[in-house]
Amino acid sequence: MDILEEVMDPEVPVLSVIDLGIIREVKETQEGVEVVITPTYSGCPAMDVIRMNIRMALLQHGYASVKIKTVLSPAWTTDWMTEKGKQKLKAFGIAPPTPVQQVCHQEMFHSVEAIPCPRCNSFHTTRISEFGSTACKALYRCEDCREPFDHFKCH
Amino acid sequence: MPDQKALIDYTIHLADNGLILGHRNSEWTGHGPVLEQDIAISNIALDLIGQARNFYQYAASLVNGGEGEKELRVESGVGKKEHTGVTGETKQPGEATEDTLAYLRDAWDYKNCLLVEQTRGDWAKTTLRQFFFSAYQFYAFEHLQHSRNRQLAAIGEKSYKEAAYHLRWSGEWVIRLGDGTTESHDRMEQALDGLWKFTGELLQPAPYEQELAKAGIAVDLAIIRPQWNEKVTEVLQEAGLSVPAESWMQTGGKTGRHTEELGYLLAEMQFLQRTYPGCEW
Repeated sequence: MDILEEVMDPEVPVLSVIDLGIIREVKETQEGVEVVITPTYSGCPAMDVIRMNIRMALLQHGYASVKIKTVLSPAWTTDWMTEKGKQKLKAFGIAPPTPVQQVCHQEMFHSVEAIPCPRCNSFHTTRISEFGSTACKALYRCEDCREPFDHFKCH
Repeated sequence: MPDQKALIDYTIHLADNGLILGHRNSEWTGHGPVLEQDIAISNIALDLIGQARNFYQYAASLVNGGEGEKELRVESGVGKKEHTGVTGETKQPGEATEDTLAYLRDAWDYKNCLLVEQTRGDWAKTTLRQFFFSAYQFYAFEHLQHSRNRQLAAIGEKSYKEAAYHLRWSGEWVIRLGDGTTESHDRMEQALDGLWKFTGELLQPAPYEQELAKAGIAVDLAIIRPQWNEKVTEVLQEAGLSVPAESWMQTGGKTGRHTEELGYLLAEMQFLQRTYPGCEW
């Protein structure tokens, strides 16, 4: 686990794979170690790099054999992100996901959640776009300090 | 026990829908009307291609004689053996992989709906097509999560939340353009005229879907048809667009009879692997 704390998300470099909540299971076997992970989004291009980095980190720490398995169910949710991870995101200037896990139900299609600005904490913010620089983020703007910012979407 | 062939056909049908629409949407990358929307449509393309990869990987395991039901965990091939192929999949000669399924099949082997292969057109056509398709995917994946096939259920569960985002985004665009200026409204009307005849196929089951729906594996399209109709009617009305009357629908894609557009798309998408088989970079 300590080794995996050092494997960072290549697209949000302040978060480790543990912070992200994508590690399902780590098993030490006779031959080496087996890590079970789950993808954030189906098409997240960082997943292949993350798999490779996990493998490299474990091999460097002396594990002779590293097996990485991917499972899809139960599906990843931002609720699995660690509190420490959320704090790190905020300090990095990305508004963290809010704690209540929300799947966009039909009724919610027209309700917009207020996301606090990671810089000045104002709730007076506007969503600019549903999709940001990566699949997991949306673009917002703070109407008080006028800074644009990324929000790690609830998922 | 349903036919294995039907299960392969159905899984490939779901994969082809995602890959072909993902490819069409990716044509906007670098050409979107504004930067944020260029990013949005590219993100949707990524989600769809990611979903397609999950379905293709499962289909490949079935084609290779895997037991399917027990294949809930997909082995990551990276670094395990020497890898070949575009995405670093391990491959024995003659074995199916996600890459051979995507790059080495011809148009008549593709089982995607006709809607997704239509040209991207203007922004109105792209967003309206995405809305029709996302509404279908949203309800279909909601039900696929409860499939008796565990791997399809897992992919359905994973993809459901993504489809919810796509549906919200595309629905907002249909309303924004339909209820916008005269120009944007006219363009939405034109898109609606052109695309409507391809929507019937989304909800009309192919023989393999009927067979698998009876076995509790495929989504029963008869159940989601009223949900789709209700959602589409609601959004079109809010957009100030006339909801088309029941009319003749073009079908055939699910069983390999495609419009000419698919051939051009595949020619571009498959060119590299056809010309330089097995090339990687």
